[in-house]
Amino acid sequence: MVTAMTLTGKRTKRDLFWLGLLALFAVIPLTPWFTRSTFAQHVMIQVLLYASMAQAWNILGGYCGQVSFGHSVFFGIGAYGTAMAVVKFGLIPWPGILAGAVIAAVVAVAISYPCFKLKGHYFAIATFAIVEIFNRLFMVWYWVGGALGLDYGFTQPGWKNFVWYQTKDCCFYGVLLLFILVFGIVRWIEKHRFGFYLRAVREGQDTAESLGVDSTRVKLSAMALSAFLAALCGAFFAQYNYRVDPPMVMSLDMSMKFVLITILGGLGTFYGPLLGAALLIPLQEYTRAYLGGIGGGVDLIIFGLLIIIVVVYQPKGIMGILDRVYVRFKRSREGGK
Amino acid sequence: MATFLQVAFDGLLNGLLYALVAAGLSLIWGVMDVINFAHGEFLMVAMYLSYWLGFIWKVDPLVSSVAGGAFVFILGALTYRLVISRTIGKSAMSALLATFGLSMLLKNVCLNRFSPNFRILQHTLLGGKTFNLAGIIIPLPQLVIGLVALALLYLIYLLVKKTRLGWAIQATAMDKEAAELMGINTERIYLLVFGLGGACVGIAGGLLPSYLAVHPEVGGLFSLIAFVCVAMGGFGSIPGALLASLLIGLVEAFAGFYIAPVFKYVAVFGLYLVVVMVRPRGLFGW
Amino acid sequence: MALLEVRNLTMKFGSLVACNDVSFDVEKGSVVGLIGPNGAGKTTLFNCVSGFYKPTSGRMFFDGREVTNLPAHEVARRGAVRTFQVVRPLKEMTVMDNILVGAFLRGADADTAREVAEECLCLCRLEGMADNLAGGLPTGYKKRLEMARALATKPSLLMLDEAMAGLTTTEIRDSIEIIRGLKKGGITLLVVEHIMEAVMSIADKVVVLDSGVKIAEGTPQQIVEDEKVITAYLGAKFTERMKRTGGVTRND
Ligand SMILES: Nc1ncnc2c1ncn2[C@@H]1O[C@H](COP(=O)(O)OP(=O)(O)OP(=O)(O)O)[C@@H](O)[C@H]1O
Ligand SMILES: [Mg+2]
Repeated sequence: MVTAMTLTGKRTKRDLFWLGLLALFAVIPLTPWFTRSTFAQHVMIQVLLYASMAQAWNILGGYCGQVSFGHSVFFGIGAYGTAMAVVKFGLIPWPGILAGAVIAAVVAVAISYPCFKLKGHYFAIATFAIVEIFNRLFMVWYWVGGALGLDYGFTQPGWKNFVWYQTKDCCFYGVLLLFILVFGIVRWIEKHRFGFYLRAVREGQDTAESLGVDSTRVKLSAMALSAFLAALCGAFFAQYNYRVDPPMVMSLDMSMKFVLITILGGLGTFYGPLLGAALLIPLQEYTRAYLGGIGGGVDLIIFGLLIIIVVVYQPKGIMGILDRVYVRFKRSREGGK
Repeated sequence: MATFLQVAFDGLLNGLLYALVAAGLSLIWGVMDVINFAHGEFLMVAMYLSYWLGFIWKVDPLVSSVAGGAFVFILGALTYRLVISRTIGKSAMSALLATFGLSMLLKNVCLNRFSPNFRILQHTLLGGKTFNLAGIIIPLPQLVIGLVALALLYLIYLLVKKTRLGWAIQATAMDKEAAELMGINTERIYLLVFGLGGACVGIAGGLLPSYLAVHPEVGGLFSLIAFVCVAMGGFGSIPGALLASLLIGLVEAFAGFYIAPVFKYVAVFGLYLVVVMVRPRGLFGW
Repeated sequence: MALLEVRNLTMKFGSLVACNDVSFDVEKGSVVGLIGPNGAGKTTLFNCVSGFYKPTSGRMFFDGREVTNLPAHEVARRGAVRTFQVVRPLKEMTVMDNILVGAFLRGADADTAREVAEECLCLCRLEGMADNLAGGLPTGYKKRLEMARALATKPSLLMLDEAMAGLTTTEIRDSIEIIRGLKKGGITLLVVEHIMEAVMSIADKVVVLDSGVKIAEGTPQQIVEDEKVITAYLGAKFTERMKRTGGVTRND
């Protein structure tokens, strides 16, 4: 699979870790913890979904350094793509998923081509503005369901329609495939020219240009890929919830989830998005489930605090903390010898 | 014609409110090149303060606005000390992200404490009062806020352009290191600027419950509109922010009235995109 | 035909004319020194040639084809690569990765790129540093990284902007050796440098700028004796010293 393609063709240690992780995920549905509780299933699915979303964003925001707050637009287009296919056209979701992702990539390139000329805060605010515009337009676009959104009717459960009602195992494997796709692509990119170019553009656009890197093209490609993958995540989201409406998918809050999970886990790192999601999603789901009414917003209070702390004290997020622990551990071992 | 004037006037009044909210943001952005994402939540906090003062002790928002200003001054200064000062020198986005965290924190603390309910303050001095000027109906609370906005913007302008402190602020904004060499305590200036920026939005928040319901989400849209005003006006230019705010107020009112209410914000944010595509550093930016 | 031809290049910043009607050639296989007092417009000229600035007027030809107004990455792609006077390491990437970015210009294959990068790493004496983050290197190393990175793109014209400023005497001597080696390897060089001993010892031709105007062009010997250059830049004492030590200092 993807992971076998390392720089030299050998499997490095980190790839073994990554394969091990995937194996672990693959057997989770067989464990009693998972099979006994639909809630645990729900949490696991959410973790993998949000990890994939954050990783999709990470390509552009982390590796390429173009912090976009507009990714919910692409996520939303993906969600609408599949929902339109199923609800409006009565098709199976797959062509909708593909069409949504392609449209998202095209829209992303069309929007960001002019926006990439903007610097710093002007770019950030432009991406906010775009989310608001899309959100409002989808609210009144009756063809795609307007403010009410699109609700799935009953369809035959199974892989063909990509819906299940009784069990979540298949959903889990579905999201695992998405996860493998997104993380696999990033793993591949990390080791190839495109990955180096992404980071070069982040670290210094002029320097990159001086070395023959077409920074505009790199940024646009990163944007297109990132939007494409975000849209796939959106499609899964719609299939999983059997519905879609504008505030659910195209909102600033949703956009910020892409950003903040990555920041929390570690911007521009491979495992960061997974770590961020693995911390945040259980926090969110369990506080909501167990604190109930009195817990309104508690998860977001904690999340807000975590974000402040991470940005202020450890800009590399959880990955940064792990790195530091690892270095200390290695040093103490070497010191012991 | 009368409707046209009415809509225009409503738009201008709303624009002045935006200017009042944006003023503090503009000051902070201009001096520190920092976007305070929690700006709208500062507004919300001041609104709650004003609401509770009015609800429990029957203090009028006109008076509470002073308390709001003072409270958010302290909140702003604390934010600077605890968060912003530690992000300076890191990546340009870090202050924005940290303040986004702060905005989540403030919003959800209020949600948790005060519930998501909309709260309206009854029996305020200005509430519901209007007067008629040659056929145009002018709501009194909005008018007062508009006048306060103009006064406050003028005061900030004077402060920055005409006082010794303003001179130090300008020097710090232009070149932090050079200002330090001149003996300016830039750390204090930043603290003060963040506090002042907070105070402006605090005053706005204190006044608003005269006619606007308070709820935890109220700040979000104000934040975005304030960003757009400031960015469109051009990097920390106070007159630019005022002009942009009025423009946005007008566009919002006309789009809302003549097209459809939902297009208000499509028009506003669309205007921003058009302006920065043509002038990437805003109307008054270089 | 010269490898690089600069024709009537003018660059204005508002009312300031940073380069004023400058023309000169860089012959294939030669080392050309570009000197002049601070603010003479040397870096500006580099920026124009390498596509970072759009010149106000004038044209540039590289390898027989016009490169005026081409974007920077396209100029680099054609083989004219520059370094920056104020070093610009890709800070959060390792030294090796920095050089790899350059090496990838001539092919997407990671293994080949790595080989090229290793070579450049050794050539610029950065061997022990491969896995260090570029942002944390000492200045001298950063300067050499600039050079290694540019070299990794396999340029036919290498433009060095004060690659020796701030280096120690030994480091300068190393750099001179490296440049001589590059020349032997067939790379043409355009070198901006304030360290006269260095320029004079490596350059086949020297172009002198002053306030944006080209005031002289010629062999190092001619330049050292040029009255205009002496008043504008070198100073009489320097010429005295140069003459005493026999025109150009070599390797001592
Ligand atoms: N982007 C710019 N905008 C405005 N003026 C500029 C710009 N770049 C350079 N200048 C001006 O152009 C003139 C030439 O500058 P340049 O950097 O080319 O000089 P230089 O010969 O490289 O000097 P040094 O030896 O100090 O590196 C200077 O007066 C400088 O201030
Ligand atoms: Mg220079």
